Amino acid sequence: MSNLIDDDPRIIEFDVRTDEMLVNMGPQHPSTHGVLRLVLRTDGEIVSETEPHIGYLHRCAEKIGENVSPRQWIPYTDRLDYLAAMNMNLGWALTVEKLMRHEVGEKARHLRVLIAELNRIGSHLVGMGAYGLDLGTFSPFLYAFREREKILDLFEEACGARLTYSYITCGGATADLPPGWLQKCEAFLDQFEPIIKEYHALLTTNAIFVKRTAGIGVLSREMAIDYGCSGPVLRGSGVDQDMRRDGESIYTGMYDGYAFEVAVQKDGRYPRDHSYPSVPKEAVLGDCWHRFFVRMLEVVQSMDLVRQAIDRYAACKEPLGEPMKLAEKLPVGDAYLETEAPKGQMGFYVVGNGTSIPWRVRARSSSFSNLSVTHELCRGCLIADVPAIVGSLDIVMGEIDR
Amino acid sequence: MAEFLIGLGLPGWLAWSIAALVSAVLLLNVIAGGALVFIWAERKIAARIQDRLGPTRTGGRFGWLQSLADGIKLLAKEDLMPEGADGLLFRLAPYVSFCASFCAFIALPFAFDVVGQRLNVAVFFVVAVLGLEVFGVILAGYASASKWSLFGAMREAAQVVSYEVPLGMCVVVPVMLAGTMDLVTIGEKQAGWMSNWYLFHDPFTFVIFWVYVTCAVASVNRAPFDLAEAESELVAGFHTEYSGLRWSFFFMAEYGSMFLVSALAAVLFLGGWNGPVPVAQLVGLSEGTGDSAAYFVRLLGLGNLIAKATLGVLLMMWIRWTLPRLRIDQVMTTCLKYCTPIAAVMFAGAMFWQLFLPGGLLPGWSRPAGEIREGWLEGPGGLPAAHPTTSGHNVGVAATDPSDSSGLATRSPR
Repeated sequence: MSNLIDDDPRIIEFDVRTDEMLVNMGPQHPSTHGVLRLVLRTDGEIVSETEPHIGYLHRCAEKIGENVSPRQWIPYTDRLDYLAAMNMNLGWALTVEKLMRHEVGEKARHLRVLIAELNRIGSHLVGMGAYGLDLGTFSPFLYAFREREKILDLFEEACGARLTYSYITCGGATADLPPGWLQKCEAFLDQFEPIIKEYHALLTTNAIFVKRTAGIGVLSREMAIDYGCSGPVLRGSGVDQDMRRDGESIYTGMYDGYAFEVAVQKDGRYPRDHSYPSVPKEAVLGDCWHRFFVRMLEVVQSMDLVRQAIDRYAACKEPLGEPMKLAEKLPVGDAYLETEAPKGQMGFYVVGNGTSIPWRVRARSSSFSNLSVTHELCRGCLIADVPAIVGSLDIVMGEIDR
Repeated sequence: MAEFLIGLGLPGWLAWSIAALVSAVLLLNVIAGGALVFIWAERKIAARIQDRLGPTRTGGRFGWLQSLADGIKLLAKEDLMPEGADGLLFRLAPYVSFCASFCAFIALPFAFDVVGQRLNVAVFFVVAVLGLEVFGVILAGYASASKWSLFGAMREAAQVVSYEVPLGMCVVVPVMLAGTMDLVTIGEKQAGWMSNWYLFHDPFTFVIFWVYVTCAVASVNRAPFDLAEAESELVAGFHTEYSGLRWSFFFMAEYGSMFLVSALAAVLFLGGWNGPVPVAQLVGLSEGTGDSAAYFVRLLGLGNLIAKATLGVLLMMWIRWTLPRLRIDQVMTTCLKYCTPIAAVMFAGAMFWQLFLPGGLLPGWSRPAGEIREGWLEGPGGLPAAHPTTSGHNVGVAATDPSDSSGLATRSPR
């Protein structure tokens, strides 16, 4: 045995405390959502310590961004959160537009809302289905993918791609929607709406599901803020923050005139909670159940936004307009913008130096911050709770490792 | 069969060995063939539940050869063993599991007298031998030199040993009602109409049947109690390190046990090989005699039992593809806080019922089946007045010729 292993304090400690066992959960494990590696210190079934190890999916995306022009980096943003590539495109496009003080036309604005919210539904469907998988039920996963498939079909028709769209781009979008697309989208929403009840029956209100998620992994309001959590993880803890409402004006301006309520529990009630199953008694604000439920509410919220966007988009008669040139020169200066991606607040930072290639590109991913609470939430839980907690954070390794 | 061979002039030891071998091979084929069918069925059912098609190509229209193709694939796979594994135990484990599942079939009656070996302690034997399956799992978990396997084995040990307690209590109730541990006799006593099934004997047996279902699902490690191989937590649990044929032995053992506990439920609670309507008896056939008609009735019973057991297996599949998995502490809570007390109370209830209301609330609702058969065997001359309700069952059945051979049960025309 080499000295390196001998000197590892963890091994020495492990040798002494014989009732403890170090277990590597991942990077090849069915429920770590990609290539996350969790080192668990276990005593029988009880996990006393969890340490996430990341970096298995690192592709130097940010560094690549400093060698290509902003529009050329759009395909790389697709691969950050590959389940919500449209939202990633949007975040980067808006950041570059903020740096260049460029404002897109009315039609492009509504198109972006429409596409981004549709992608949010798709992302939350994967999050919901995969969460069921983490808890050991397979069918909801396929029910979720069945519906997501229809969203992907719509995207394919709009931009030709099913996963990495590069559709929304700096200065607008690469192409206008094809004729008849809006009707198909509306038809999808109409048939999708009643299916949400099925999801609630299979998961949200399922007795075993509630037993597995209610009161598990409680993330307090303060801790959520301290760790910089965002998105459904933050709102699941009862913090009323949504960048679509509270963000910078260049982003919130996109949602001007749209009616939506932030999916967060206020005074013990969720908005419009008469139409959803009620919160089970066992559930504590900030637990896995609430994080899951916030996502389910956001699906309905996004459907509502998509419907509003369809009407507004259809009302715009002017052409969509051309996006920026591929090698448009960036002004000297920097810009940082956070947008509300499905997983949380996705921030992009760009520094221009007068050439078409940015001098600095950085991304702030929500999954990274959300993952950082794992060791707090998994302290003293059972092994079966680890996938339940990590799954409820709904992380995507693509944006953590960048 | 052994007697037949001895009659041909074979020495006794050879005749018995051949008879045993034939029974064993038959049973082995029941398990292997059953596993093939059930694996195929599970894939199709899972697919249908999930809006998919499942296998459609292999072997024609419905992909019915898929399990066979899988089996060939498993045979052809490399036999892997992790470094640091305990070779002997690692190789032994799948066979221990499979043998336990297989041996329990020996005492399981598929129809009247269609049983590998009729035992007077059959119930005890089946439950005890089935419990041995856990040894294979623990061996596999220990010998694999994998932490995930060890977790799976520990869970299985804790879970199966705990669930043996309420399972045993559930099984004792039909034994108490029948007054015997012989599964063939227990099945016989439920002959006749559906109301004779022990499920409908009294309210306590009805409840305890559902406790039995819960415990049976847990003791064969099916969802939502499949903690030993919880794929989202333990990769694949105790069989993480297994591949190829060894893995398929675990798989066959699982499906064998599934069928076994379902068949046991059928024999103990659902009338065994007796259909809901005693068709054969109504047309005047008996399974107890030795002629060809009796064999036909037994074949019918065989179909009955297999249908009931298959229903049980399908129920388990349905549950598996619907529900999330419980956590280990919740599994133990379900056993110790719910199943065991309920089973104990129901056992006591059934005991008092048997003591104070042996005939049931409604006279004639639940009678030992022997009465019916005895009534039919009266022959010409009518039914004894002691069984007034028996005649009611016979109304509407075409009269058989009273001069029919006495070997077949006859009854008087009315």
